[in-house]
Amino acid sequence: MTALAGGPDAELEARIGQWRGHLQRRRAISPGDVDELEGHLRDQVAELEGAGLHGDEAFLVAVKRMGSLDEVSREFALEHSERLWKQLVLGLGTPGTSTAPSSRELPMVLGLAGASALAVKVPALLGLDLSTDGGFYARNIGLFVLPFLAGYFAWKRQMGLPRSLRLLVPPFLLGAVVANGYPFARGGSTEVLTAIHLPIMLWSAVGLAYVGGEWRSHPRRMDFVRFTGEWVVYYALLALGGGVLVGLTTAGFDAIALDVSWFIEEWVLPCGAVGAVLVAAWLVEAKQGVVENIAPVLTRVFTPLTVVMLLAFLVAALATDSAVDRDLLILVDLILVLVLGLLLYAISARDPQAPPDGFDRLQVLLVISALLLDVLMLTAMLGRIADFGVSPNRLAALGLNIVLLVNLAWAAWLSVGFLRHRRPLHDLERWQTTYLPIYAGWAAVVVVAFPPAFRFA
Amino acid sequence: MRIDKDLVAASATPLVLGILADGESYGYAILKRVNELSGGRMTWTDGMLYPLLHRLERLSYVEASWQVAPSGRRRKHYAITPAGASALAERRQQWAVVSGTLERVWAQAGALIGPVPTPLTGQGR
Repeated sequence: MTALAGGPDAELEARIGQWRGHLQRRRAISPGDVDELEGHLRDQVAELEGAGLHGDEAFLVAVKRMGSLDEVSREFALEHSERLWKQLVLGLGTPGTSTAPSSRELPMVLGLAGASALAVKVPALLGLDLSTDGGFYARNIGLFVLPFLAGYFAWKRQMGLPRSLRLLVPPFLLGAVVANGYPFARGGSTEVLTAIHLPIMLWSAVGLAYVGGEWRSHPRRMDFVRFTGEWVVYYALLALGGGVLVGLTTAGFDAIALDVSWFIEEWVLPCGAVGAVLVAAWLVEAKQGVVENIAPVLTRVFTPLTVVMLLAFLVAALATDSAVDRDLLILVDLILVLVLGLLLYAISARDPQAPPDGFDRLQVLLVISALLLDVLMLTAMLGRIADFGVSPNRLAALGLNIVLLVNLAWAAWLSVGFLRHRRPLHDLERWQTTYLPIYAGWAAVVVVAFPPAFRFA
Repeated sequence: MRIDKDLVAASATPLVLGILADGESYGYAILKRVNELSGGRMTWTDGMLYPLLHRLERLSYVEASWQVAPSGRRRKHYAITPAGASALAERRQQWAVVSGTLERVWAQAGALIGPVPTPLTGQGR
């Protein structure tokens, strides 16, 4: 079977090895795929040799029939977008065009970061102070920076002006009108709720720009989920680095008896915080590869730990039977968000063709224990609401809880189906991407409908 | 005669599923079968078959397993699943509508375009 180092055979082996090397360098083609394609090439060569061709000729014909590596690898990339989602997104729109970042990109990013820094400082120059008008800043925090981020993606994806305006202006305009037009009671619940939910609503508007307006495409939605995870990681890294730098600078100036804390607080922190949003997005886009796919790695680490935490909490909650209050419901909401995030990033990074393994079972356990905990809290909470009536905070926490509960319950059902080989993983992924607009919708309801419904209290 | 690229792409899924309905197979053998069935008139770029097979796998229309070929190398075999069979049945209905409609169009336009150049019976070539 194995060809010993005879002249022509050795030469053929060398050429096949070379061809294999070219394939391996394509990131869209996995090692298993390379084996598969190589097997095909060898079968073809063997048959052509059987028909009387020389090894050389047979190899050339077989390679030609295989097709151009660029085209084949692009097909693989389209099918296996999880292997190189960034390159795909970069080439979005017109496949085959160069994906090299344009030389205007960095100036564009820095310009937009500068513009958002300006946007966050203009109100101060007009006399709205951060310490006295905290509510204004809290309500508008998303509006200072996310329009610029959306603008960056609209530019990068070449959405075109009319389409960008049609898709992106309405959500931001609505957000601006609500945040500044509603007569909120100072420091009231609805103001706080708006401040929390408006950025979520606007982030999904950024998503519209991120997917280049193709919001119906489920793979693009998944790309946006991946982007969000990596963006959080990059932003946290930038914040960490920035914090260290600021600390050192302040200490340095302190040492020479100069007080620069006013400058740090009024200029460096707010401008840096909004500017970093754009820079982090650009870093994710520019596929620096340093923390590539770190979000899925974190998922792997924290899924088992979260399962342990949840089970311990569940046992403790059952054992102690203490009073359930509103804070606990918010806490449970946060736990569910965490569980959902773990689920989402595990799916987004998973090889959809791999059979279910131990980690998938662990994940089902995670979702089910979160559901149990939630049902426990929810039954206790419903009694509370019946006793004390509806408040904006309770309703918001309850609504979010239901939104998450529905998602996780169905996700658990689909995961069990996947474990039992009844359903493809694709169904679970599809369910998650289908559900994404619901979060934006719920955030919009809280932002737009809650304040008037509760008289801006 | 070259078959238009879009037409090849559109027929690829039912063709592959149909071949697998006859028993499990692997990439190279599937392409050979396509060649036989079309009398050598439908040519694919070989490499393009694999992304298609992987898509069918992701949709759970086929199941893949690595086996060992007589040469000693490992080889990926594909087998149709019940979901694949029902997808194939649906495709067949769609194609029946398309080809039935086209038949009528050919009949009407017969005077202008002449008879079918080489009817696809026998082995061809």
